Amino acid sequence: MIPTPDLSHLTRKDYDLVYEPAEDTFILLDALEQDAEELKRLRPSLCLEVGPGSGCVSAFLASILGDSSLYLATDINPHACRCTIATARKNKSEVDTIHTSLTRPLSSRLRNSVDLLIFNPPYVPTESTESQEGQKHGQISGSWAGGFDGMEVTNTLLDESKTLLSANGRFYLVAIKQNNIPDISQKLSECGMTTETVLQRRAGREHLFVLRISRNSTDHE
Amino acid sequence: MVRLITHNLLACHAKGCTSNNFPLQLKDVQIALREADFNPDFVRGFMPKIEWNALVNAARQLGDSSLPAEQPEMIDDDLLKALHHVLLEIHIEEGQMTCPNCNHVYPISNGIPNMLLAEHEIA
Repeated sequence: MIPTPDLSHLTRKDYDLVYEPAEDTFILLDALEQDAEELKRLRPSLCLEVGPGSGCVSAFLASILGDSSLYLATDINPHACRCTIATARKNKSEVDTIHTSLTRPLSSRLRNSVDLLIFNPPYVPTESTESQEGQKHGQISGSWAGGFDGMEVTNTLLDESKTLLSANGRFYLVAIKQNNIPDISQKLSECGMTTETVLQRRAGREHLFVLRISRNSTDHE
Repeated sequence: MVRLITHNLLACHAKGCTSNNFPLQLKDVQIALREADFNPDFVRGFMPKIEWNALVNAARQLGDSSLPAEQPEMIDDDLLKALHHVLLEIHIEEGQMTCPNCNHVYPISNGIPNMLLAEHEIA
């Protein structure tokens, strides 16, 4: 069993500004732990987490893969960037954290270069305006308000994901049932990607999923 | 934060700025050195993702001239150690990165590069 990262340096004040790890975070940790041996065998050298929040997941990943990878993270919330760096250091790793929206300043240099892409997105269905405001101002609401079907932010990264992933790259995505997982899977299959469910569970009102997305092995564009 | 490994992966993404937008030019930087565990396999394996000239120039701007101007065909142990230091142990804490094409300035503060753009600047 891989221990959950030490988050004792984060305070209530931090969690006023940054999403506090909850069931959706823990199912993602569980999925990564379940795949840990396989991930080590794949020898990823570049991991990118979008929207790390507290930094819990990247620190966990770094504890699995150690110094054999670079860990990058991007967050639209400046407090989340600060927390992610602090959490990494508290857990004896480094996560190079960039304050930006999704993968924008990295996209041109990271074509087919990301071995592990991780996103626990704002997946809660809300009004579009609520999602857009959360993103625009880098507020804590941006960590959960997902707009139409809870997919407005996720869809942007789904569109980018094939360009970013390396040949054996994997994309771990947290979703809930309302995001319409058959639709996500269909959309990805149309651009030559395969979607599998790693874990699913009910937590309170949410039916959570962790999806593992990869390029089709026959597709070597 | 911004280490040179990460600086090597960032490009300007302002509206219409699609060529000559890399590498971002470092200016007024303050650096901190933090030791990192040396993993030669990682450094060697990562080199295909690195733009050599951009790395050498950035390192020289920060006062580190340990890397040769031309990328050697063979990477020996000494070079691996130099690369390890340049890529992973030099942290840019403060300063700015300027796009060589459109001159957009991205500030770095407390080790965090601010790559956000205003709405009218987004492509």
